[in-house]
Amino acid sequence: MTETRIERHHYDVVVIGAGGAGLRAAIEARLAGKKTAIISKSLFGKAHTVMAEGGAAAAMGNVNSRDNWQVHFRDTMRGGKFLNNFRMAELHAKESPQRIWELETYGALFDRTKDGKISQRNFGGHEYPRLAHVGDRTGLELIRTLQQKIVSLQQEDQREFGSYDARIRVFAETTVTELLLDGDRVAGAFGYYRESGEFVLFEAPAVVLATGGVGRSYKVTSNSWEYTGDGHALALRAGATLINMEFLQFHPTGMVWPPSVKGILVTESVRGDGGVLKNSDGKRFMFDYVPDVFRKQYAETEEEADRWYTDPDNNRRPPELLPRDEVARAINSEVKAGRGTPAGGVYLDIASRKSAEEIRRRLPSMYHQFKELADVDITKEPMEVGPTCHYVMGGVEVDPDSGAAAGTVRGLFAAGEVSGGMHGSNRLGGNSLSDLLVFGKRAGGHAATYTDQLAARPAVSVAAVEAAVETALAPLQRDTGESPYQLQQDLQVVMGDLVGIIRREGELADALGRLAELRERVAKVSAVGGRRYNPGWHLALDLRNMLVVSECTAKAALERQESRGGHTREDYPAMDPKWRRVNLVCSLDGDTVRLTHKPLPKMRPELIGLFDRAELSKYLTDSELAEFDALTEEANN
Amino acid sequence: MGSKRQFRIWRGDETGGDLKDYAVEVNEGEVVLDVIHRLQATEAPDLACRWNCKAGKCGSCSMEINGKPRLGCMTRMSTFEETETVTVTPLRTFPVIRDLVTDVSFNYEKARETPAFAPPADVAPGDYRMQQVDVERSQEFRKCIECFLCQNVCHVIRDHDENKQAFSGPRFFIRAAELDMHPLDAKTDRKEYAQSEMGLGFCNITKCCTEVCPEHIKITDNGIIPMKERVVDRRYDPLVWLGNKIFRRGQVPQTSATSGHSSGAVTAGAAHGGVHSHAGGSHDSSAERQAQQGVNWQREVPHPTAPAVDSSGKLPLTELTFDRAAAPSPFGDDVEFPLPPEHLNFAHPQQDEPKH
Repeated sequence: MTETRIERHHYDVVVIGAGGAGLRAAIEARLAGKKTAIISKSLFGKAHTVMAEGGAAAAMGNVNSRDNWQVHFRDTMRGGKFLNNFRMAELHAKESPQRIWELETYGALFDRTKDGKISQRNFGGHEYPRLAHVGDRTGLELIRTLQQKIVSLQQEDQREFGSYDARIRVFAETTVTELLLDGDRVAGAFGYYRESGEFVLFEAPAVVLATGGVGRSYKVTSNSWEYTGDGHALALRAGATLINMEFLQFHPTGMVWPPSVKGILVTESVRGDGGVLKNSDGKRFMFDYVPDVFRKQYAETEEEADRWYTDPDNNRRPPELLPRDEVARAINSEVKAGRGTPAGGVYLDIASRKSAEEIRRRLPSMYHQFKELADVDITKEPMEVGPTCHYVMGGVEVDPDSGAAAGTVRGLFAAGEVSGGMHGSNRLGGNSLSDLLVFGKRAGGHAATYTDQLAARPAVSVAAVEAAVETALAPLQRDTGESPYQLQQDLQVVMGDLVGIIRREGELADALGRLAELRERVAKVSAVGGRRYNPGWHLALDLRNMLVVSECTAKAALERQESRGGHTREDYPAMDPKWRRVNLVCSLDGDTVRLTHKPLPKMRPELIGLFDRAELSKYLTDSELAEFDALTEEANN
Repeated sequence: MGSKRQFRIWRGDETGGDLKDYAVEVNEGEVVLDVIHRLQATEAPDLACRWNCKAGKCGSCSMEINGKPRLGCMTRMSTFEETETVTVTPLRTFPVIRDLVTDVSFNYEKARETPAFAPPADVAPGDYRMQQVDVERSQEFRKCIECFLCQNVCHVIRDHDENKQAFSGPRFFIRAAELDMHPLDAKTDRKEYAQSEMGLGFCNITKCCTEVCPEHIKITDNGIIPMKERVVDRRYDPLVWLGNKIFRRGQVPQTSATSGHSSGAVTAGAAHGGVHSHAGGSHDSSAERQAQQGVNWQREVPHPTAPAVDSSGKLPLTELTFDRAAAPSPFGDDVEFPLPPEHLNFAHPQQDEPKH
C-alpha cells in the first residue's frame, strides 16, 4: 500500500459538496481569511441545486408588506408539523432576507416587482408571496451566482498573491470516501479524483459537509446520481449522529414512464385543471380512497366531480385533489393490487378531458417539458405517474447556531439537505434554497472560528490513510463479486417497495432483513476496469454510503409509530402528540446502526406565543398545552 | 416493446481509441443517455460518461451524437430511424480523458479570466432597484447551463488549438454581455475588454453556437453582435477589417481625421450588412454631426432577416450538414456585394462640396 501515490493538500477548512450550501460555506470561510478547499463530486456549477425551480423563501415583504420573519417562522413550523428544531426555523426566517439581498451584491438577477424590488411568488404553505425567483430556474441562478462570487474571490487572490488558488480552490470531480480523525477531532478527508482515479488527502482541522440528499437509493426519484448520502454516511462513520431519517418527501405524481423522464415531477395543477387518475382497468379509482374525515368535502360520483370544475360552489371537489399523501397512498395501493401500468404507476389523463389547445394554454411548461424531454404529447396520451422521492428532511444532527455536528466528533459541520432538524417532518417548497444560504454561511463561518480556537492542528494517522486506500481499491481487486449496478438496482427495489411513501411494520422489518443481506453483497462488490474515470468503481464506492443511510431510514421508520409529514405508516395513520416530542437519533456502533430517542428542544415562550391555542392543540400533548396556558395566563396578568 | 439498436461509441483515452460497436436494447421513450446507462449496467460497466440531472438543466452530458453536439439527456431515440446506427463521440474541441469524458478545464480557466460583477459602491444590500425589462436582457444569458456545446462547436477553437489562448469563446462572450447589460454593474469597459482580452474579434458570426444552444439563447444576435457593434476598438476585428477592404475605407479620408478618434462603431455597424448602426456610436459629437449631414436617414435599410433554417427549424450545421464547403457568409446569404450605395451609412467629408 505504501507505494500508492497520494496527493497531499493542507487547508484550514474543507467543504465537501459544491451545491448552494457548500459554496456559501466556502465563501464565508474564505472571507474569514481561511485557506479553503471546495470538493465537488461533479464539475463546478453542476450541483443538484440547479433543479430547484420555485424559488427561495425569504420574508422580505416586497409583495405583501405584512410578511415578516414571525409569519415565515410560523409557516415553517406548521409545514414541518412542529417537529422542526425551532431555533433553526427561527434563524432561517430571520436571516433569509439578508442572504437573498447579499446575492444581489454578488450579481444575481431576480425577477422584479413594478417598483424595482425583488419579486416574490406564492407557494404552498406560505401565507404571503414569499419566494424570490427567476422564472422557473431559481436554483440555477443561485448556483451560478455563488460560483461567480467564488471566481471573483479567486480574482482578488490572483491580484494579491499571484495565484487564483491561493486561498480558495475548487477540486472538481473529486469524491471524498473517508473522514480522518485525530482522537475525536477531524484531521482531514481522503478521496479520489474521478478523472484520474488518483488519491488525494486533505489535511484540515475543520470539515463542512454539504453533500445533499439520499434519493438515489430509490427506484423513482427526482434526484441526480450524486445523491448517494455521502455526507450522511461520512458523518456517521466519524462519530456524528443523524436525526429524522424516517422523513422523506415524496411527490405523488412523478413520471414513471417513459424512462427518460422517470422521477420528474408533474405539477399538481394538472389535476387541478381536470386531470384524472385511472388504473390499468381504466377505472377512475380515487373515489374508492376518500377517507372518512374528508367524505363530506369530496364528490362521490364522477358526474358531481366533473361539475365541480365549472361550478365549485354547488358541487364537491373531485377526489383527485385530496392531500398529497392521500393521493400517493391511493396510487400505491392500486399498483400493489396489480392494477398499475406496466411501468409501475397509474395513468394521469388530461388528454381525454381537455382540448389540446386548452392544455397547451393552461399547462405550457408541462406540455413543453414532456414534448421536449420524452416526446410525450400530453394532449394526446395519458401520463404514467407514481410517487417520486424528492427530498430528505433528515440529516446530520447539528447545533442550530453553528452547524457543528452533534455526537462525539469535533470540527465537523453540516449545512443544507445533509443536515437535519430545520424542516422537521416536512419541508415547505422554497425553504430549501434559503436554508442553503442561511446555514451554509453559518457553518462556513463557525468552521473558520473553530480553527482559530485550536491550539494545535490535529494530525492524520498513516494507518487511517492506508486503511482508506485499501477500502477504496478493494472493489477493483475483486473479480468474483456482483456488479455495482445490479446491487444499486436491488437496493432501490427494497427501498422503493418496502420503505417507500406508505410504510407498514411487516414490510419495514422485511426491508431491514434484506438490507442486511445487501450489506454482505455490497461488501463483496467488484468493479471491472481501471481507476481512470470508471463509473462502475465510483458507484461501488458510493454503495456502502447508500446502504448505511438506507438502514437508518428503515430503522427509524419502523420505530416511529405514527404518521407525520414525510413518514406515513398505514398501521398508525394518525399523528400522535407524544411522538412529536421525540427525535429519533441514529449513530454508528461499530458497523451497526443504533437508534435512540431524544427529546425535542422546547420552544422559547415568545416563539410559542406566536401560535394560537386552537392550532397548537392539534400538535401538543395535554401537559404541553397546560404549560402553554400557564404561559399565556402569566402574560395576561 | 424494446428493440435492438446499433450504437457506435468512442472508447479510449488520450493515447487513442476507436469506435466500438454495441447492439443495445432500446425501449420506447428513451434518450441517448438512457442507452449509455444501460450499456454501463450491462456490457460496459466502465464506460465513462458525465451526467447529472438528466432533465436538461445541468449541462453535464454534452457529447457528439452522429457528429452533432448535443446533450445526451435531450436527444430522444425516436429522432433516429429504427435501422440507423447512432454514433456517439466525445466533444471534439477538448482533450479526451476517457471515452465520452473530456477535459473541459479550458472553460473554467476562461471563466476565471472574465472580470466578475462589480457591485455599485454606494448601494447597500437590499437597496438594489432594477426594472424587470432591464434585467431581462441579462437574464437571457444567465439561463446558460454551461454545457459548453457552444464552445465545442465554435470553429475558432474547434480545430485550432492555437487560438485557445487568446479566445474565450461564446460562453464567455455572453457572460461579458450579461454584465455589460446588468443595470447596476459598476465596470464600464466590458465590451472593450471582450474585444482586447477575450478575442471577441475572432468571432465571425457563423451562429453555430446559437444553433447548438440547448437553452435557445440567442448567443450571436443578442450577445455577440451588440457587443461587436458598439465596441470602440476595431483594430483586431477581422469583420471590420474585411468591411474596410470592401468599402475601401483605407483609401478614403475619414471623419476621424478631424477628430483624431475612430468612428469605428459606425463603420462596424455598416459592415454587418443589414444591421445598421446606432448614431452616436463614436462618442465624438463633431464627427457624429458631420456624419449625420450626409446620411440619408430615409434610405431603405434591409430588415434584419431570420437565419435560413432547414425543415427542422434549425440552422444547417456548418461542417457536417451544410450544403456547401466552408462557413456561410457572415453577412447573411441574402447580401450581395458591392452593397447598393443607398444602403450605406457613410458621409463623405467632401460630399457637400460642388462636384467639378
